Amino acid sequence: MTAVTAPPRSEGAAKPELSDRARAETRLGQRLVAPAIVLMLVVTAFPMIRALYLSLFSYSLTAPEDREFVGLSNYLTALTDSLFWRDTFVTVLYMLVTVSVELVIGFVFAMVMHRVVFARGVIRTSILIPYGIITVVSGFAWQFAFSFQNGFVNDWLPFLDTDFNWFGDTTPAVIAIMVSEIWKTTPFMSLLLLAGLAQVSEDMIEAAKVDGATWWQRLWKVILPNMRAAIMVAVLFRALDAYRIFDNIFVMTSGAVNTESISFLTYRQTIEQFQLGIGSALSVLLFLSVLVIAWLIVKLFKVDLAAARQEG
Amino acid sequence: MLLCTGLAACSGGSGKPTLNWYVNPDGVDTLKALASSCSTADYDIEIQLLPSGATDQRTQLARRLAAKDSSTDLMSLDPVFVAEFANAKWLERLPDDAASKATDDDVLAGAAETVTWDDGVYAFPQWANTQVLWYRKSLAAAGGLDMTQPVTWDQIIDAAADNGGTVGVQANKYEAYVVLINALIQGAGGDIISDNEAGKDAKIDIDSDAGRDAAAVIQKLASSKAAQPDLTTSNEGTSLGQMFGGAGEFMTNWTFVYKNYEGLVDSGDITADEFADLGWARYPATVEGEESKPPIGGIDIGVGAFSKHTDFALEAAACVTSSEAQVDLAVNEGLMPSRTSAYETPELAEAYPPDLLQLFSESVDSGGPRPKSSYYATISAAVQSVWHSPTSVDPDKTPEESAKFLRDVLDGKALL
Repeated sequence: MTAVTAPPRSEGAAKPELSDRARAETRLGQRLVAPAIVLMLVVTAFPMIRALYLSLFSYSLTAPEDREFVGLSNYLTALTDSLFWRDTFVTVLYMLVTVSVELVIGFVFAMVMHRVVFARGVIRTSILIPYGIITVVSGFAWQFAFSFQNGFVNDWLPFLDTDFNWFGDTTPAVIAIMVSEIWKTTPFMSLLLLAGLAQVSEDMIEAAKVDGATWWQRLWKVILPNMRAAIMVAVLFRALDAYRIFDNIFVMTSGAVNTESISFLTYRQTIEQFQLGIGSALSVLLFLSVLVIAWLIVKLFKVDLAAARQEG
Repeated sequence: MLLCTGLAACSGGSGKPTLNWYVNPDGVDTLKALASSCSTADYDIEIQLLPSGATDQRTQLARRLAAKDSSTDLMSLDPVFVAEFANAKWLERLPDDAASKATDDDVLAGAAETVTWDDGVYAFPQWANTQVLWYRKSLAAAGGLDMTQPVTWDQIIDAAADNGGTVGVQANKYEAYVVLINALIQGAGGDIISDNEAGKDAKIDIDSDAGRDAAAVIQKLASSKAAQPDLTTSNEGTSLGQMFGGAGEFMTNWTFVYKNYEGLVDSGDITADEFADLGWARYPATVEGEESKPPIGGIDIGVGAFSKHTDFALEAAACVTSSEAQVDLAVNEGLMPSRTSAYETPELAEAYPPDLLQLFSESVDSGGPRPKSSYYATISAAVQSVWHSPTSVDPDKTPEESAKFLRDVLDGKALL
């Protein structure tokens, strides 16, 4: 949503001649953003390069003298370890399930927020409340809710024993973590989708109505195709977020019963074990996998990020 | 200046320096009193609280020290962190006179052992924790055990199983499970690693007869009727409740148990008769005829290597670990002393039965520490990962498997 839209491209390949004034403005602009770029390089590029460098060493913070260069062997260790692949699988599972559920519920919420005619402010606010709650707090709240000692979930589900331990086994624990994650971030999804809904022209919907389209047909043939870009951006943002899931796992199970994600594995190596070498290697791998997922979503679903931002 | 409002370290260049003492949240009231009584005309000591979990405490201190924090003057350390921190050069090595005072003859051997690393002394023992065998006298009598003599794990498991009782241990996947495994292995004359100062090249001894003896005890308990239902997630608190229900239990647990049950009499949760049925004995032996090695815990006081006031901090550390300080901690908070002289004071004689005091000091004196290593966190986690769950422990496989895994992890060939 930039205030200034890019100038429309001229038909020919040749660039239009820039006036002195335009050139001077460009130079001024570059000088003005330079400090910000330098700052960004310091706070983002430096840690990334440092992580890349550290990942080539066997290096424990508590045995600094034993530090030795080991080349790519940390990557080899990680990529040949079954734990790494198990955690990757669990992470992908978290991502797929939470994003799909959030997309559906988030869309329903977006429709409600878009169409609601009474108590608009109250309804919109209440839908957004979970997103305003800190993830750690939401994790604790759901941990208590699922706890068999003092939680309510077992009482509400008639097919479960009242002393069913949600955190005793992988499947129920993963479900509990997903529920907390979905509850917390669905509002974010619905906000992004609401922006998309607002883009769909009322004229088109009305035209479809006049042509005799049912509600279902209007949804599938008019509304969804017209907000495709917004949906894909929402999926992209949430998928990248979900792949880095950490807080809920940390609070609810501390990674026990095989619920840990790749982020959690990285955290354990670096922060708990002080193994900076293998920890950095894992964080580089995590970074690369996030890049791959972003690339896959952009390519497979042909997301046009510029279109989503209503540019050009 | 605005940044300084929340930080005690910002006392400025002029005036009296403030020493920050990072403490774990055990017995904080008494620690605060110690901090103020040990403050002098030259410096003030201020308490800073660490998180309650051992892992979080270690992480927070390590983050400060790795960044060469000059405001970390004094710190309360779990004994297993001393070697790690000393090796990373985060702890001030005590000068000779302070070192000999910190580990003089008055200090119980097990506690003195925890503060040494690589021929140096790096901390002052403050209080010492140890495990003893707590049991119902009636259950031991029903099992025909003579508790005045050392008992073995086999004996107590059988006695409990045959008489409707249970055996309580700590076997969740956490540090206290390593405490159990280490005590069992040391009780059989072995150890988890040796040549500890070689760091990741330490010799791994867990795949030995002692390792197999330890695994056999865990296997026997896990498959016995005497196992408690929550064995695989048991911790220091879970088995407390089993003592006075039904036939009762044998339980290996830390020193706090006595004051805990005594408090229950006062609040009316158990009767005085039940409390009188509580017995205590030395930690059980892994193999008959071999002396047991009770676990050692507690707190050592280290001085930060990057402190701006090392001399003051050393002086303060000696003050907060004095015999008088230890008596206060024991009487007010139930944290047992690491100095013999403290056990002999009238205050302690009033607070604890004499034979229990004798048992505590003897256990600390002859106890076995967990492996001292700059890779302790890694070693502990690797052992937990193979030996948990206790129901899957097999003497023929577990020690061998854990030795191999530990080697791979230390060599950076496997993820933990």
